[in-house]
Amino acid sequence: MRLQYSPNVKIIRVPCSGRVDILHLLKAFEDGADGVYIAGCMEGECHYISGNIKARKRVEYVRKEFETMGVDPDRVRMYNMSAAQGPRFVAVAEEFTARIRELGPSPFVKS
Amino acid sequence: MIVAQRKPLEEILEMVKSYNKILLAGCKGCVTVCNAGGAKEVGILASTLRLARKKDDRPLEVDELTLERQCDPEYIETLEDKIRNYQAVVSMACSVGPQFIAARFPGTAVYPALNTSFMGGAKEHGVWAEYCQGCGDCKIHLFGGLCPVARCAKSLFNGPCGGSSKGVCEVDKDTDCVWHLIVTKLMEEGKLDRLMEVRPLKNWVTSRDGGPRKVVREDLKI
Repeated sequence: MRLQYSPNVKIIRVPCSGRVDILHLLKAFEDGADGVYIAGCMEGECHYISGNIKARKRVEYVRKEFETMGVDPDRVRMYNMSAAQGPRFVAVAEEFTARIRELGPSPFVKS
Repeated sequence: MIVAQRKPLEEILEMVKSYNKILLAGCKGCVTVCNAGGAKEVGILASTLRLARKKDDRPLEVDELTLERQCDPEYIETLEDKIRNYQAVVSMACSVGPQFIAARFPGTAVYPALNTSFMGGAKEHGVWAEYCQGCGDCKIHLFGGLCPVARCAKSLFNGPCGGSSKGVCEVDKDTDCVWHLIVTKLMEEGKLDRLMEVRPLKNWVTSRDGGPRKVVREDLKI
């Protein structure tokens, strides 16, 4: 299965989505990302029991802060998919890219 | 430990709106343990403030520093050579920290980023509860190791009151009635007769009723 997905999606591999911290999400925006999403395993199927649940809560935290500062919270998303769902990975990459394109460039980057 | 919570982002942004370079100072004491103002929380708030201000096209330079403690003058002293580089200091310690900084560096704008909540402990990961009110005259040994001052909404010494229902306080359905716990525990231990003892009234002078308090230890003074 050699599926194509948007080349703008930069993948950062972590051992578990539970490794992703609030600060990682924020730093990505500080470094110029237009949007950040976490692709974690299906809920209930985490090898480390609750890594993906923790990741979702961290995403929710950042979304709330973004709302407060007047930034569309959709710039940060949590998605769940299994390692066997290649087509879903592609669909999510496309969906997120489309949404971010709709929202436009990062409001944190000023030219 | 002292349990604190971060203030809402809007409030902190309002505090720093007129500045463009601030120091965000955390504390490695209680607020690190209750995940409110340690190095990690300093990092998160600093990043959030930078982003919020970048978005408004008014960049804010935020330097991060986490002091060993903000409630001891020797650690506040370490700010001496740095503080003049900033227009304001935002402290992520309990309210003792910003007060110490403001007292040591007059003229410096100091802001609290946390709301100091209470003295308590972790019930579970991410949940803290109040266990002590600092009344200055501890009596928990008389009540099965449970504190009726801090954990009873009325600080009763002869509860439970009529607001206790099925072990829950009428003030909040998530709050145990401490008097229910006290009576149950003493019953289980066969020590219920302790509650029948007549004791002198508690002297509240050691509490806040006597005004701001101070502890002086002559043996430790230099």
